[in-house]
Amino acid sequence: MSDILPFLKSIISVAGLSGHETPVANLIEQKWTPLVDELSRSKLGSIHGLKKGSPTAGIRFTDKSPRPSVLIATHMDAIGLMVSRIVDGFIYVTNIGSVDARVLPGTPVVVHASGSEEDLYGVIAMPPANLLPDDQGNGTIPLKYLMVDTGLTPNEVSKRVRIGDRVSFNTEPVEMSGGCVSGHTLDNRASVAALTICLEELQAKSHVWDVWALASVQEEVTFGGAFTSTFQLRPTIAVAVDMTFGKGTGSSDYQTFPIGKGVTLGIGPSIHPFLYKRFKEVAERIEIPVANELMPEHSFTDADAMQLAAEGLPTMVLSIPQRYMHTPVELVSMKDIQPAGRLLAEFIASLEADFIEKIVWG
Amino acid sequence: MLSIGQPQIKLLEKLCNAMSVSGDEGEVRRIVLEEVKPYADEVKVDALGSVLVHKKSVGRKSLRVLFDAHMDEVGFMIVHDDDEGFFQFETVGGIDARHLIGKQVIVGKNHVVGVIGAKPIHLTTAEERKNTSEVDALRIDLGPEGKANAGDRATFATKFKRVGPSIMAKAIDDRIGVATLIELLKNAPKNIELCLSFSVQEEIGLRGAKVAGYYFDPDLAIAVDSTPARDLPDFDGHENFTYNTKLGLGPAIYMANSSTVDDPRLVKFLEETAIKNKIPYQFRQPGGGGTNAGAIQQSRAGVPVVSVSVPHRYTHSPISVSRVEDWKNTLNLLHTALKQIDPSLVKSKL
Repeated sequence: MSDILPFLKSIISVAGLSGHETPVANLIEQKWTPLVDELSRSKLGSIHGLKKGSPTAGIRFTDKSPRPSVLIATHMDAIGLMVSRIVDGFIYVTNIGSVDARVLPGTPVVVHASGSEEDLYGVIAMPPANLLPDDQGNGTIPLKYLMVDTGLTPNEVSKRVRIGDRVSFNTEPVEMSGGCVSGHTLDNRASVAALTICLEELQAKSHVWDVWALASVQEEVTFGGAFTSTFQLRPTIAVAVDMTFGKGTGSSDYQTFPIGKGVTLGIGPSIHPFLYKRFKEVAERIEIPVANELMPEHSFTDADAMQLAAEGLPTMVLSIPQRYMHTPVELVSMKDIQPAGRLLAEFIASLEADFIEKIVWG
Repeated sequence: MLSIGQPQIKLLEKLCNAMSVSGDEGEVRRIVLEEVKPYADEVKVDALGSVLVHKKSVGRKSLRVLFDAHMDEVGFMIVHDDDEGFFQFETVGGIDARHLIGKQVIVGKNHVVGVIGAKPIHLTTAEERKNTSEVDALRIDLGPEGKANAGDRATFATKFKRVGPSIMAKAIDDRIGVATLIELLKNAPKNIELCLSFSVQEEIGLRGAKVAGYYFDPDLAIAVDSTPARDLPDFDGHENFTYNTKLGLGPAIYMANSSTVDDPRLVKFLEETAIKNKIPYQFRQPGGGGTNAGAIQQSRAGVPVVSVSVPHRYTHSPISVSRVEDWKNTLNLLHTALKQIDPSLVKSKL
């Protein structure tokens, strides 16, 4: 079993807000390059890694009947903030993706200042009650009233920071008991780590299908990366790997899953039942515990976009439980990331040349 | 003039990163003892755990001046093990619960890192998100196999940072006062009987200073603390008239707060000292809040007191912000005042 933890910690220590994924993309590209046959970037910045199918005896793929391909999508973008205005050196921000204002006061951030060689360290300030409207009481202070303090003088701030500059969470990754890791943006960089494990496993495996490893952009805002890369690559089937809700503080209903106890397989309109069935069979064969995750309408993953690319295709959702999603202290277990990677690799290896022809809707 | 260089910043960093929640101040106490011993004539740890330091004067009939800074910080106590690594906690001192969700904390003597999470935005209603959870509903999560004991203290996991003209750290209130007292001792003027109280339990009712004031029986006392700077913009663009103090304007001299009315002779003397020596200063806007001066003023037959604070933003939160220049000017105002004080001051007419 490879030690993926240092890589995971490295990719949750850099920025990569939706639409501005380059810092994390560079690290992923570096890690994937030796693991794939071809690697390129899409027009929107998504990473496409192609691991070609193994030589097959007795089967000839032609232009008319090409080798089938499976796309595994893990989005690499992060939620965050963007500078909206600056008053007396205090930086007001708006959200990129769904940011919960409850977690912000006192949170360390990095301001990617366009007028500065170096990023600026900052903290999100909650103004005292006397500087807020009377009706704010003791409740959550809305994002529009919060501001970032960089510790610099107003003059220095206006020299370096501009409207539109990005602001990222800056909580340091920390290892915790039970093989857990906590930090920001584990949604969905933990899945990037799982896909990396899958690619490593595939080095020693034979697989008929071509494999597209996709680190997609802009999932948190528009699913823009998944829509466009799926159109460009035209895979036969596609699997989104993302986070699901872990049981934890305030979260214990059917939508939540224990961490460290395995991954979940989606059930719902975004999931093709035949892909679900194959995943389930493979998981049972290699004894990886899986739970069913019910997604009655949307999966809220790249699968929702990929399913609708071009003429449409069968999609699947595999999820890793995570506590405190979209906070700076997201928490996952390596005990779930490892099997997720292995399950992906075994699923890919299980795909026979005519798998797709065998799918018959009843 | 005394300067704030690398050694002083390093000491403040060590002090801020230590965990010293009211009632369990051991980590800061050990740092203070190590720092003061080479310079003090007497060092004593009292019954509550405060460090009491005495440095003799050279002449006779010198003024006996007490400086106080509190070693404790606001934080948490683990009160129940919910199993599977989740721990219920109570706050110690005044913490706004809105600063808790999404923060890393350190727990116990080994500083085990935990996190305070909450139900994710995806699973909550807009109505639920309008109110941050009460402390009762929050848990410290140490991971599925995490261990802690009821009674363990915890605090924010923030690490000290030097940023431009500022420092960002937890517990600047009042480690910056502690560091100031250590510098005053290292540079003690010979004309003064210097008494230092590194007090415990300030955040939960000025307890350590109450008995330290009795012990020293000083001629006058100065509480060196850190006070909020609420110098942020008002939401609708109006001028902010209720800022308490502002960063960058120098030491904040108190005139009155909810624990005491400061001795007018001492207030005037500090102001005159600042003007004469061209040290920037500001008056803290009179109003709420309290310092150990309130407790010391009422010890024995009464002690003339004044408070002087280094301003900081974001009080009792995971990360506060102060200016190094304000700290330097505070240290120099106090040091210069000590050197120039006339013993007759506290006998002059009120």
